[in-house]
Amino acid sequence: MLEKGASAPDFELNATPDQKIKLSDFKGKNIILAFYPADWSPVCSDQMALYNEMLKYFGKYEAQIFGISVDSVWCHLAFTQDRKLHFPLLADFEPKGEVSKAYGVYDDEVGECKRALFVIDREGKIAWSYLSPTAVNPGADGILDALEELNNK
Amino acid sequence: MSTLKPIVSEIDHIQGNKSASIEIVEFGDYQCPYCGDAYPIVKEIEEAFGDQIQFVFRHFPLQEAHEFAFKAALAAEAAGMQGKFWEMHDALYENQYRLANDLFDELAETLGLDLEKFTADVNSDEARDKVENDFESGVRSGVNGTPSFYVNGTKFDGGATDLYQMLKESAE
Repeated sequence: MLEKGASAPDFELNATPDQKIKLSDFKGKNIILAFYPADWSPVCSDQMALYNEMLKYFGKYEAQIFGISVDSVWCHLAFTQDRKLHFPLLADFEPKGEVSKAYGVYDDEVGECKRALFVIDREGKIAWSYLSPTAVNPGADGILDALEELNNK
Repeated sequence: MSTLKPIVSEIDHIQGNKSASIEIVEFGDYQCPYCGDAYPIVKEIEEAFGDQIQFVFRHFPLQEAHEFAFKAALAAEAAGMQGKFWEMHDALYENQYRLANDLFDELAETLGLDLEKFTADVNSDEARDKVENDFESGVRSGVNGTPSFYVNGTKFDGGATDLYQMLKESAE
């Protein structure tokens, strides 16, 4: 898993069937990458649902969040609509798990991303990373602490 | 280990003995079914442990997932401005199965609140700020879903039933 200080590997992934997101286009902004195993986990403790409620807090730190899993764009689209998510979910679908592997958070055995968080600074360097046990929603306090530290620099 | 930020103070809604040795804080959402399930268990805990416990409730409404959650939290705060926070809190959970926009006024009336003041307070900045500050405190404290419990300032890894079990065991 990539740690603090490493350069964040660039990537270009589909957010919707006809929209791609390229990490390097977001230089100058703080970025949060939330790798997670799969869409459609239970509602109330769902990590993406929690982040969806937190967008304005992330906004305070000029941070953009992206969720990433190996689900396809169509699956993400349905999940986004069902849960009324207001931030992009990226499909690390083809070649499967390539970006997750580049960040060192791919689980070969189950063929999904691990549950991992990265905060990337305005220059494209990893400022904070965290690997959560797969069954545990890591919440957002670590992300906010990392963003706060970046803003205080 | 996640800890409660900020610590409990007089701006919180506190039930029970303020000098109790066990302080339980719940972050909850009035529309969350798991919080609804936890509600009677928390009541049991309060009964079983009486004076040994103080119970604090902070709002953590997932408003994108639950359309009435934020409004319900405002209703509880507005009732609190007439000294009936806990009465409204209980009524909301007891009527969770029929949560809807017209329920809040009905409950306010049942509780004997001044309806005009209630409506104004539901829409006040004060109520909104309280709910949003609670939510932010949850985020900073590492709340990752509802309900989340904190015992004496430290996040408890489990639900209300686990909490009851833990308290029973530590009392033995």
